[in-house]
Amino acid sequence: MDTPYSLPAERLEVRLPDAKPKYTSAEARAEAERCLYCHDAPCIEKCPTEINIPEFIHKIASGNTLGAARTILAQNILGYTCARVCPVEVLCVGACVYNEWHKTPIAIGRLQRYATESLLEHEALTGQAVLRPKTPTEGRRKVALVGAGPASLACAAYLALEGHEAVIYERGALPGGLNTTGVAPYKLHSEDSLREVAYVQSLGVTLKTGVEVGRDLSASSLLNDHDAVFLGMGLGADARLSIADEAGPGVWGATALIEKIKNDASFKLPAVKRATVVGGGNTAIDIARELAQLGVAEVVMVYRRGAEHMSGYKHEMDLARKEGIRLVGWRQPVAVLRDAAGGVSGLRLRDTQQGGEETLSTELVVLAIGQEKIKGLTDAFGGIALDQKGCVVADAKTRQTSNPKVYAGGDCINGGKEVVNAVADGRDAARAMIQRWFAA
Amino acid sequence: MADLSINMCGIKSPNPFWLASAPPANTGDQVMRAFDAGWGGAVWKTLGNPIVNVSSRFGAIEYGGRKVMGFNNIELISDRPLSVNLKEIAEVKKRYPNHAVIVSLMVESKREWQEIIKRAEDTGCDGLELNFGCPHGMCERGMGSAVGQEPKVLEEITRWVKEYAKTPVLVKLTPNIGDILEPGVAAVRGGADGLSLINTIKSIMGVDLDRRVPLPRVGEGSTNGGYCGPAVRPIALHMVGTLARDPETRHLPISGIGGVSNWRDAAEFIALGSVSVQVCTAVMHHGFRIVEDMIEGLSDYLDSQKLTLDQFRGSAVGGFREWGELDLNYKVVANINADLCIGCQKCVAACQDGAHQCIFSGPADQPRPPHAHHPGVAEAPKPLPLGKLAGDRVPWIDEPECVGCNLCALVCPVDGCITMQEVPNPAGVDTWQDRMATGRDHVPGGIFDAE
Ligand SMILES: Cc1cc2nc3c(=O)[nH]c(=O)nc-3n(C[C@H](O)[C@H](O)[C@H](O)COP(=O)(O)OP(=O)(O)OC[C@H]3O[C@@H](n4cnc5c(N)ncnc54)[C@H](O)[C@@H]3O)c2cc1C
Ligand SMILES: Cc1cc2nc3c(=O)[nH]c(=O)nc-3n(C[C@H](O)[C@H](O)[C@H](O)COP(=O)(O)O)c2cc1C
Ligand code: SF4
Ligand code: SF4
Ligand code: SF4
Repeated sequence: MDTPYSLPAERLEVRLPDAKPKYTSAEARAEAERCLYCHDAPCIEKCPTEINIPEFIHKIASGNTLGAARTILAQNILGYTCARVCPVEVLCVGACVYNEWHKTPIAIGRLQRYATESLLEHEALTGQAVLRPKTPTEGRRKVALVGAGPASLACAAYLALEGHEAVIYERGALPGGLNTTGVAPYKLHSEDSLREVAYVQSLGVTLKTGVEVGRDLSASSLLNDHDAVFLGMGLGADARLSIADEAGPGVWGATALIEKIKNDASFKLPAVKRATVVGGGNTAIDIARELAQLGVAEVVMVYRRGAEHMSGYKHEMDLARKEGIRLVGWRQPVAVLRDAAGGVSGLRLRDTQQGGEETLSTELVVLAIGQEKIKGLTDAFGGIALDQKGCVVADAKTRQTSNPKVYAGGDCINGGKEVVNAVADGRDAARAMIQRWFAA
Repeated sequence: MADLSINMCGIKSPNPFWLASAPPANTGDQVMRAFDAGWGGAVWKTLGNPIVNVSSRFGAIEYGGRKVMGFNNIELISDRPLSVNLKEIAEVKKRYPNHAVIVSLMVESKREWQEIIKRAEDTGCDGLELNFGCPHGMCERGMGSAVGQEPKVLEEITRWVKEYAKTPVLVKLTPNIGDILEPGVAAVRGGADGLSLINTIKSIMGVDLDRRVPLPRVGEGSTNGGYCGPAVRPIALHMVGTLARDPETRHLPISGIGGVSNWRDAAEFIALGSVSVQVCTAVMHHGFRIVEDMIEGLSDYLDSQKLTLDQFRGSAVGGFREWGELDLNYKVVANINADLCIGCQKCVAACQDGAHQCIFSGPADQPRPPHAHHPGVAEAPKPLPLGKLAGDRVPWIDEPECVGCNLCALVCPVDGCITMQEVPNPAGVDTWQDRMATGRDHVPGGIFDAE
């Protein structure tokens, strides 16, 4: 799949190799043969897109690799990136019956990558599509989608497969959402995210980049020209601490910094020995690991509570510790310290349990304390309710918002979960739209 | 350590484990290395007039990631000059006087048999094995299984051989027949001193789906080959057991062959009446070293059972009965050990789709009435047992409905998790033969029964 979107060859992320490369066919078969092919398998239940895992693994074992990919894509059209970015340890793999047995659980993610990547390679090689859009029997509908992240891509793909017209508007230059701009390079490089976007386009989805809805294109025109609108705009900018001397060089928002590492050829990591990451979530762990892997000698994570309270996954934190990252718990930054030249020299921390303050010397501060909600856009569409946290309220089954013509999914409705949740939302919204148009 | 030495119709061997006539017993160097590793005897790769072999020659079945569950070959008898083989046999026998060296033979005319027997026995070998079993190539030339499938011919050639032979003669039987007793009885009539079985089973190993040619492929074609290895053991055991219990054949010692890979497999053949046990595929797969486990395992087993090899031999023959002699009142039901269960529910799929619909996945999974075998509706135990490992994914069994087929226990991946438990029946033994004898052999619901 050729992608029309080009990435500079020299990006920092290229230095961080793929931690779990694609299995060879022998490796895949050997692993697939281990799967018990459980009845009513518990791994399925833990997959937010409910992929029929035993079935696709069974197909890999028999050498039916394309069939395995079909099984995956039927439920999760972004099965390729999900295979690589999903926190499988707390999802499907965590539920595998082998865990109970104190045996190594099945490497479901790696098998899924094997099947889906094989499909992409097969299509590139033969030029033949494995999944083909249907011709809709009851009229072709048209849907506009806001943002080209996983939520919109999934929704658009399932609409296109049913023969409907799906047009995605993306404000950035590159599509893929956080799969392209945020996910840790050792899981997924940007070009692989773009490869999947190109696959979605090959299903008939139209993609327009560099178009910001609400600025370049009005909400009302989208509403008027389409049968439905899907909101998949994710979250906004990195949240700030609002502490003294936070503004200025040397203090970064995590997602902004990660995007530079991933996709900006001109970006050079400041030559620092010590970096401090503020936050206890997965984004905090990711950027800490990326900095350590890029050669920052001392990376410290500062978190306001203890390790056991972190929202970041334990399996990720264990890996971070192996890479030499230290966690300083029960500390809250109160001020950034700067030297005469204005550079960061330290971070003033308050002990959240005992009180009292101390200084952590550091040359770089990265804030990973969450992302803001995108404000304003929903107002323009009209009649869309938000919850207290600013998330779009969408029906749990249909992902319909309180404006019946507007659906929403992904980070903008859940406040920031995983790619696989966004895919489930997009898919279910597409199914609900079709159901609504053609039911009865 | 139990004494494992045997005497099979005069052929003495320090243990019952022999290399079968096949590639592992191709050359003197191999046989001597095998003896050094612990093998008690070897049946030399079949001698006759040298042949030409094809390439490729072997195929194998892989199952669930395990290699060589079944094996097949389309090679013929020894392709080395007769004189070279005979010289090496003599050399081996000289260096290993206490090991059993048996020469496998296959020729066509009576004159050829006379000549080759003489030359084989001149090596000082301990006995002869007549290869009436090879199911490919040689049979097209009127030898091998072409003989083994014709009891009259088999009997006649055995008689010729017995005329000339001074050493014990084993007849190696082919399984490619309807009833193993026919060639077995023919061998007895011809005067055989012992029987070896089984040789390989006619087979096509698979099909190359890219070229659409059967396997193993020789250019653009293939031919039926001989199947062996672990997959054939049940077939071999049945044939050995059949000969071991039949009044016409049971006095002949048997060399059991087919799928033996370890001491357990060997012990099963011995329990069904084999005196020696021959191995080919497992050696081709793993090498001569497997004999260490066979010697140690069999010896420890006999010690643990406080049996000598002679006492143990044939001890399962009496349990091999006709169907009509089985006790219809004997009943077992499946029982799940909730502590061991991992919640895979393979047993649910197996019983629901492939057996008698009496395992259920949880409290919400209720039997669909009516009960197939018993009136009324099944009740789930209350409370349902919670598993140590599987939590609420432990299935439950509708015991009255369980027919005791074993299926769930066979598919459960956790050893010992599902056991079949005996349900006492005070009524005592009742067999189909008993029923026939007492006129109770009518089962209602038949073709001529009223609704
Ligand atoms: C640093 C980081 C690492 C992560 N790592 C993982 C991981 O390893 N595994 C995992 O499963 N999840 C991970 N996540 C979470 C995951 O990336 C998100 O849950 C997922 O991408 C959400 O998808 P989305 O489609 O809702 O939004 P996004 O991926 O955020 O996509 C939204 C898109 O909408 C565009 N957009 C916004 N406003 C407009 C507008 N007005 N007009 C047009 N376009 C607009 C944005 O530019 C963006 O491209 C990570 C998140 C972060 C921040
Ligand atoms: C490659 C190969 C060649 C064989 N050649 C002979 C042979 O020449 N003479 C013979 O009597 N049996 C021959 N056999 C059959 C074996 O001796 C033996 O009867 C059969 O393989 C079953 O034993 P196993 O399951 O241990 O392999 C051959 C088997 C194989 C696999
Ligand atoms: S739980 Fe594990 S073993 Fe069972 S089907 Fe899922 S991956 Fe396979
Ligand atoms: S009893 Fe065995 S087969 Fe059934 S669920 Fe438990 S572990 Fe699986
Ligand atoms: S023994 Fe057979 S009938 Fe009984 S529970 Fe198991 S599978 Fe079902």
